[in-house]
Amino acid sequence: MATAGTLRRTPLYERHVAAGARLVPFAGWEMPVQYEGIRPEHVAVRTDVGVFDVSHMGQVETCGRQADALLQRLLTNDVRRVPEGGAQYSLICNEEGGILDDVFTYRLAEEHFLTVTNAANHEHDLAWLAGHAGDVDAQVTDRRDDFAMLAVQGPLARALVLGLGDGPLPPRFHCCQRSLAGVPLLMAGTGYTGEDGLELLIDPDRAPAVWDALVLAGAVPCGLGARDTLRLEACFHLHGNDMDEHRNPIEAGLGWACKEETGFVGAEAVRAARERGTPERLAPFRLTGPGIPRPGNPVVGGGVVTSGTLSPCLEVGIGLGYVPAERAQPGNEIEIDDRGKVRPAVVERKPLYPPPRKDDA
Amino acid sequence: MADEDYPNDLLYHPEHDWARVDGDVATFGITWYAQDQLGEVVFYEPPEVGATVSKDQAYSEVESVKAVSEVIAPLSGEVVEANSGLGDSPETINQDPYGDGWMVRVRLSDPSERDSLMDAEAYRASLG
Repeated sequence: MATAGTLRRTPLYERHVAAGARLVPFAGWEMPVQYEGIRPEHVAVRTDVGVFDVSHMGQVETCGRQADALLQRLLTNDVRRVPEGGAQYSLICNEEGGILDDVFTYRLAEEHFLTVTNAANHEHDLAWLAGHAGDVDAQVTDRRDDFAMLAVQGPLARALVLGLGDGPLPPRFHCCQRSLAGVPLLMAGTGYTGEDGLELLIDPDRAPAVWDALVLAGAVPCGLGARDTLRLEACFHLHGNDMDEHRNPIEAGLGWACKEETGFVGAEAVRAARERGTPERLAPFRLTGPGIPRPGNPVVGGGVVTSGTLSPCLEVGIGLGYVPAERAQPGNEIEIDDRGKVRPAVVERKPLYPPPRKDDA
Repeated sequence: MADEDYPNDLLYHPEHDWARVDGDVATFGITWYAQDQLGEVVFYEPPEVGATVSKDQAYSEVESVKAVSEVIAPLSGEVVEANSGLGDSPETINQDPYGDGWMVRVRLSDPSERDSLMDAEAYRASLG
């Protein structure tokens, strides 16, 4: 367990302290979990605009004539279909199809990619990419220390960023170079909250000026607590909770991000899982009564909760959990063992929020 | 959210619980420090009237969005009343931890246990 003395701090640490953030250890970093409170921050992102410091996330650059070939081998999605200025969600799997990480990859130029990793997995991902680069014409470079990263998210995020920027914004799943408040940065139409928004990759020395401009323009500082409740309502997976190297993409419900025909590392195992099915499936669920499901709660009759919280928007307990595949269909009633209390729940469709409109049902 | 406060008429348990003793009955709750550490309380289920509580043992749980925290009994006895209103408005625990945010009233089985609890001054000092 890391002690406070060994935790890394982002370039915005002083801003967080000044804003009264509660700072906690997270994947080796000292990160803001909340400022005013998880619920008001969550609501700000659903109704207005919030800004998150996600500088703990890592970046790996892949360059060279065969950069696309290297990534095609290591990422589960079809990297070759990403245009210049495009962005794509993907997994990194081992040979057995176990999920090592989930990542976003930006294609900055024909032979130039930037992959954003989870903080806890960054060094392993870097070594994995570099370790497979020996026999191809591609250079893999750690760029973690070269970028601070902010996520501006919410229905008003685009208008706010447009007002501070120097040009049109990248569409969803695209990226481009822009200046914001006079600071050059890489701007991407991505995020992990279920709302529209932008992610900004910035020179660490100049990130505080960008943060200040965003907050002054009305973006609400939001911590990792709200980021977690937002992504869980949207049913986005958290690596380390909802999948890990002992789970394959099919049981995790991430088969859509795998294109076995590209021959990625783990493709045969993923193909087999897709064809044969898996004993368990990750399912989103909602409690039908009181209580809050928590990671590690057993599902009665088999399975386990991997993420759980009180949904600030739905005001009920929600979660993701592995359940036997035959019970993973929407509408199926399950029970969560919440430290001895049996909580009735129902399997739902993705996303949990926004809920499907009644006339769609 | 209430301002930080540790009333002088209460007794305090090191796990950040308070007791207001009146003869052989005491009211329990969690301290300002406890609710501040937890953040906004979003779920609380009161124990049943008639339940036995034991000093230093958990008798219920409070939950914030992110965390579950046990509520420790500062003294032993039998629950004679539970604050059922907290089920619908658990945020009262943040807003008024020593008033409307009380959790249970307990008929004490050993009133002398109170001698092991801290007064407000000692509790404040324990928070550093």
